[in-house]
Amino acid sequence: MRYLPLTDTDRGEMLQSIGASSIDDLFVDVPEVARLDGPIRDLPMHASEMAVEKHMRGLSKQNLAAADAAFFLGAGAYRHHVPASVDTIIQRGEFLTAYTPYQPEIAQGTLQMLFEFQTQVARLYGCAVANASMYDGSTACWEAVAMAGRVTKRNKAVLSGALHPHYTEVVKTMAKFTGDEIASSSPTVQAEPDNAGLIARIDDDTSCVVVQYPDILGRLPDLAEIAEAAHSKGALLIAVNTEPVALGAIQSPGELGADIVVGEGQAIGVGLQFGGPYLGLFAVRDKKHVRQMPGRLCGETIDADGRRGFVLTLSTREQHIRREKATSNICTNSGLCALAFSVHMTLLGEKGLRQLAAENHRLACLAADKLAAIPGVTVLNTSFFNEFTILLDGDARQIVRDLAQDDILAGVSLARLYPGVEGFSRGLLVAVTETTSEEDIETLCSALKEKLS
Amino acid sequence: MNAPNKSGWKPTMPAGTDGKFGGPATTTGNKALMLEEALIFEIGTTETTGVDLPDVDDSAPSRLGKFARTDEIGLPGLSEPQTVRHYTRLSRQNYGIDLGFFPLGSCTMKHNPRLNEKVARMPGFADVHPLQPVDTVRGALGVINELAQWLIKLTGMHGVAMSPKAGAHGELCGILCIRAALEARGNAREVVLVPESAHGTNPATAAFAGYRVENIPATEGGRVDLEALKARLGPDVAAVMITNPNTCGLFEPDMRAISDAVHEAGGFVYCDGANFNAIVGRVRPGDLGVDAMHINLHKTFSTPHGGGGPGSGPVVLSEALSPFGPLPYTARTADGVVHLVEEESAEEFAKEHFGGPLQHFGRMTAFHGQMGMYTRALTYMLSHGADGLKQVAEDAVLNANYILRAMEDVLHAPYADSGPCMHEALFGDAGFEGGLSTLDLAKGLIDEGFHPMTVYFPLVVHGAMLVEPTETESKAAIDQFITAFRSVAERAKAGDESLKAAPYYAPRSRLDETMAARKPHLGFIDPE
Amino acid sequence: MARYFTDEHEWIDVEGDTATVGITDYAQEQLGDIVFVELPEVGATVDKGGDAAVVESVKAASDVYAPITGEVVEGNASLEDDPALVNTSPEEDGWFFKMTIGDKSELDGLMDAKAYEAFVAEL
Repeated sequence: MRYLPLTDTDRGEMLQSIGASSIDDLFVDVPEVARLDGPIRDLPMHASEMAVEKHMRGLSKQNLAAADAAFFLGAGAYRHHVPASVDTIIQRGEFLTAYTPYQPEIAQGTLQMLFEFQTQVARLYGCAVANASMYDGSTACWEAVAMAGRVTKRNKAVLSGALHPHYTEVVKTMAKFTGDEIASSSPTVQAEPDNAGLIARIDDDTSCVVVQYPDILGRLPDLAEIAEAAHSKGALLIAVNTEPVALGAIQSPGELGADIVVGEGQAIGVGLQFGGPYLGLFAVRDKKHVRQMPGRLCGETIDADGRRGFVLTLSTREQHIRREKATSNICTNSGLCALAFSVHMTLLGEKGLRQLAAENHRLACLAADKLAAIPGVTVLNTSFFNEFTILLDGDARQIVRDLAQDDILAGVSLARLYPGVEGFSRGLLVAVTETTSEEDIETLCSALKEKLS
Repeated sequence: MNAPNKSGWKPTMPAGTDGKFGGPATTTGNKALMLEEALIFEIGTTETTGVDLPDVDDSAPSRLGKFARTDEIGLPGLSEPQTVRHYTRLSRQNYGIDLGFFPLGSCTMKHNPRLNEKVARMPGFADVHPLQPVDTVRGALGVINELAQWLIKLTGMHGVAMSPKAGAHGELCGILCIRAALEARGNAREVVLVPESAHGTNPATAAFAGYRVENIPATEGGRVDLEALKARLGPDVAAVMITNPNTCGLFEPDMRAISDAVHEAGGFVYCDGANFNAIVGRVRPGDLGVDAMHINLHKTFSTPHGGGGPGSGPVVLSEALSPFGPLPYTARTADGVVHLVEEESAEEFAKEHFGGPLQHFGRMTAFHGQMGMYTRALTYMLSHGADGLKQVAEDAVLNANYILRAMEDVLHAPYADSGPCMHEALFGDAGFEGGLSTLDLAKGLIDEGFHPMTVYFPLVVHGAMLVEPTETESKAAIDQFITAFRSVAERAKAGDESLKAAPYYAPRSRLDETMAARKPHLGFIDPE
Repeated sequence: MARYFTDEHEWIDVEGDTATVGITDYAQEQLGDIVFVELPEVGATVDKGGDAAVVESVKAASDVYAPITGEVVEGNASLEDDPALVNTSPEEDGWFFKMTIGDKSELDGLMDAKAYEAFVAEL
């Protein structure tokens, strides 16, 4: 057993030195009913590295990898090129096999990285302070709703219909148990988001308005207008972003007046990974709200010799100190994904991020124009970044399934996101990134042309 | 071959060194291999980039409308060589399992096998989108399914909710299942009982789910006081949250009796599975009457901690709770088949297998959970097999007892007399002189080249030190730790003043946490 | 002006219809370096023995209970910038909040300086 250093001689010596006659002596407290007479049955015995790798490769091969397809999926998870150095760095054992930096003298690497990460996220979001990460965008979204309740002392959250349906479900699930009131709806499938309808739902009991930017259909809602309406009623605006690359091309939510900005950071550095682990981003525009934030925060300080250093700080908000009065029960977060994000963002820099965003937008515009030229395809959006909605003269979900057989992953059908919702069957979300080639776009267009003719 | 170390080689400090190395100051602040590193905001520029992308064409058509960004964001970039060096230098200021012994109690810092990393990066796992048509991801679903079966069999439970993102998220999942099950019976009840020694996440979770938290009294032997618990049980108690083995490193011998009593009173038993490494492959929590237990894949099943995550916290569930698990989930039906259930099929599944209306409590996260952790954990389980996992628990427990017995004459070991410990050994600071504390001892261990144990937890022991060696340490490594631990403990007991300023040899000396909290400085501010 | 003490280590100065509340020197010493004080909102009603403020050190957060029932009329704004005042001047500049006195009889059960000194000596 290659991961176990003790030899039988070691075990014998150690048992003898502690005065035990066998290992069973150490498990005497286990009740009789729970004692087993050997290894647990119906499970295989240990296996060599080669055998395990072969088994896992077999399972891996049963999946169609994005790189082997013409790939157009988004809806909260985006495929971008991750530079080779990102993965090399996150596999350094000092990062990979470190724990949460509870002993700051020997964790400055993680801590300085987190301080840089927090700054990068805060700037990207147009905010004052970002935390050291949450599990993912959807859980960060719920934490923001809970925080808005603490800040405003109100408990009615108004969710935009165009918020990612999984995020809406997470918020609704949690609210069931906390007693918060959640007002949500399905998106209106039209060219522009229904800002007026959303604003009309804000009232004097509203703690927050939750708006995705760009939204689930790829459209760009007018955050400034919603912020003004929310603030006039004493409510906070929570902006949710699921594609951070977009913020290289569009204004940041904080600048537009969002009070809490949360999102999914997966698109930068992390990779698709079938949905996880991902990276929850969480920031506040005004630093007066810092003490109501969930999650870990890294701060600058000095050591006993006056040298700059970093520590986890404001820990009294957290569960290990505040216990049942904590702002959140979160403990482990997404440290390694935050590192991947931060390394990728450092490689990009402002210049690279803008170039990346421009390239995504250029290709998306190209794809939208080509798709719009196909009989039976209508592009819904007037505005978008790298993802937009098209309406097909046909059952979009079935078409997606059919095209997948030819290694074309055409997008996410609205019916997959909103099973059973009337009128969504024609809708297809199409995401285009720098990893999409112009040939991929041609492949999709000709396949759709054929399918719809 | 006469290893281990029959030559008797011993590393030594240079003669006469007492306290800090007294060489001349360097102009860089560097000390040879120990290199200082500036922030990216101090060395990068917004004009520098480490990627090659086409230049931005301002005349290109745009669909951004009035939202196009015009201002500067303020994100510095570095070229690739600068980037690699920046992070490599930072990494060297970190302690990790790869570097040395990391006996952080309750955290199970075991070796992270590199095969896990290789497998997680296979394109069929790393490069698939969660919303691809299911026919293109059968292998990925197969991983979830296979891992679920392992977890069910290892724990002797009925079903498992796979999606929770970490231990605390799993706890929340378990308590929400319990609440949903009680609500289905018509009364959610009001109180969750939690021992004082519990992880902070336990009371935080119960409070979040709308329960009032009350303490469970403990016996002098550090176990749950069964009689006192029985006396407190009643129609208002929704659940008892127990960590077993508990946070004092002890197995709860009355666990079965506790479960029976809780069930009789109509409540449920939640088990915090953070300490599963002590019993994996050897004891099944299902046999002890547990209704829900989260499993930290990043503890017991060797997925890397990564400086604070990502984790993964699947929750195994009893038959009574299985119908209430969140989406997506897997469950074993009477025919022995384990199913994966998502939104669309949930209603149908509930009708067919639970004979009732939809009962799942909702969704806890977007998509399907921590796939990247599932592949690693499954790889680890397949590597060890049922026999290897049993050996894991036994070696982890043996190592902890070996440390306990090697230390008990030097350090106060509050429960040492009550019998063997499980996978962690607990000590207190009784007998320290000269105002020295557990913290001072911990910092002294840093100078000796070890990551300190968990300190000041559990709260029930004064100046607690919780040592969890795990099974992936050699006897030589443990012996070396014991030698150092004894030496630093002796210094603490002798009131050795020099410990107060430890560590001396780390990249930083003690950091001013008071200043950090009084004037929070949580991001870089550009100088005027 | 009369000063009273509680067994939760708060002091309360009574002047006419207003009381000023803070924590004692003994309390600040136990807590260590204070990094933050969360004060009740002006206008809030606090009940004798109920949560009124939170005082935080790096590793602990402790509730400060209202010594009597009344309405909060002022919080000590200087604690926001300088929480260390609680350490350096706990019983003067580091006061927490001022409140109305809802029921004067509630003062009867409190200790005077001498009694508190004896109380602390017993701990």
